[in-house]
Amino acid sequence: MDRVPILSLGDVLLVSIQVDLQDESVVALQEDLAERIVDSGATGVVIDISAVEIVDSFIGRMFATIASLSKVLDAETVVVGMRPAVAITLVELGLSLQGVRTALDLERGLAALRQRRAERGIPLADESDEAVEAPAAARD
Amino acid sequence: MRSSEQELLDRWVDVAATALQGRLTRSELERACGDLLAALTPALDAAGLNIRSEAYASARAMLAEMSRDRARRGFSPSETATEVFALKEALFAIADARGDSSETIVAVSRWVDALGLHTFEVFARAREQVITEQAEQLLELTTPVVKLWEGVVAVPLIGTLDSARTQVVMEKLLQTLVDTGSEHAIIDITGVPAVDTEVAQHLLKTVVAARLMGAECTISGIRPQIAQTIVALGIEFGDIPTKATLADALLYALRNSGVEVVRRRRTNAG
Amino acid sequence: MLEPVDELPINTGDDVVRVRQAVRARASAARLSLVDQTKLITAASELARNTLVHGGSGVARVETVQRDGRPGVKAVFTDDGPGIVDVEKALTDGYTTGSGLGLGLGGSRRLVDEFVLETAVGLGTTVSVIKWMR
Repeated sequence: MDRVPILSLGDVLLVSIQVDLQDESVVALQEDLAERIVDSGATGVVIDISAVEIVDSFIGRMFATIASLSKVLDAETVVVGMRPAVAITLVELGLSLQGVRTALDLERGLAALRQRRAERGIPLADESDEAVEAPAAARD
Repeated sequence: MRSSEQELLDRWVDVAATALQGRLTRSELERACGDLLAALTPALDAAGLNIRSEAYASARAMLAEMSRDRARRGFSPSETATEVFALKEALFAIADARGDSSETIVAVSRWVDALGLHTFEVFARAREQVITEQAEQLLELTTPVVKLWEGVVAVPLIGTLDSARTQVVMEKLLQTLVDTGSEHAIIDITGVPAVDTEVAQHLLKTVVAARLMGAECTISGIRPQIAQTIVALGIEFGDIPTKATLADALLYALRNSGVEVVRRRRTNAG
Repeated sequence: MLEPVDELPINTGDDVVRVRQAVRARASAARLSLVDQTKLITAASELARNTLVHGGSGVARVETVQRDGRPGVKAVFTDDGPGIVDVEKALTDGYTTGSGLGLGLGGSRRLVDEFVLETAVGLGTTVSVIKWMR
């Protein structure tokens, strides 16, 4: 089974979906993301679907699940790069993707995440701020 | 037919060639007629003169293929039908030589007529198809998606909208959003005299699709009559922004992109 | 040259992916437009998953068809599952990511040109869909 790679972009995690995902890959991705968000303290997740040709209700549910997961872990999710044919099909299918934010591309997706963080009053770190290490986690 | 196959074929090709006056080369004709004859002979054996029967499926398909090809190449309906009707003359000549009864000749005549009509029907449909394709191409050219500003594109729709046209426009608009990286689309229907349920549904779907992609869509130019129609039809536009004019829609889109339009105050000198 | 009919078992999630690939191959060969291909493959994916989830397991048969000289792709999904009790409801339920239940047949129906549903409680379900080249 191929695990979908998760990249780090500052405090945002980037997932780029390239292929027809197998069922186990979907479950693995959800688990991996949850772990990475916690480990890295990421505040945002970008799912890039610009290479995805088919989004059915199963994949749609995956987006919603990831969005919910992230939210619980205090991160925002945005799906970017949806192809026109996919969008048209989703509308016809009646899949609303409620609760899943979307953006045209990676650049705008990141901008949307930054804006959301600003709206929520989380000031972004700048040079005058001192770096603080998170206290070492208690290990079982 | 089988007994004088070659002679029949030659005669057929001769008659057709004369009638078509060089529209097709002789070898093309020979191949077309030869193939047809090869398909028709076993069909005749199996199902007699009923060309609608299953046995004639491949012959019908062949005629259809030929007919479509001629339609695409700009042949006239007569020219296409002539290729088939020429078979009649060839058959008559042979029947005459053999002294066949007039019943046979009439049956043969009807048979070829049926084949010819089938060919014609397919031809007509194929021509319609060509026209449709050309109409689509024309539509592509006359449905410009214009960039009004950085990140704002607009589609001014003009004339009556039908389901097919609206879908083409929808697809083109969405693709343009991706290609130009625009987050705002404006569909202006000032130039559309009437909107029916289907078209309204398509417009709605376009807006929802744009949203799914991460863009916002505004509909502008809704004239009073159209507004009334929409309400009467019970079409819910929900939270889709609608503006009376393209100008309003542009301003709305600009503001949403963080652009403000101001009028400079002139200071009087002296 | 393609086989006359692609017959694909539907027993696992990976089989759903294979059904998509088979439908894609035929839709592309039949020269369906990109949007139409996407709609058909998505519908096939939904129906294949339904067969798996609600039917237990089943078979998909995909073939290229012709009408009036126009090509199309036909896909038939069959299962020996429990059958659909309330057909009306199954056809009208939309499928939203939130709720997760509902067979989503209404959505699939909208994506294709022809849609035939045969079902009987205890006897299984067969869904046939066709999308024609425009």
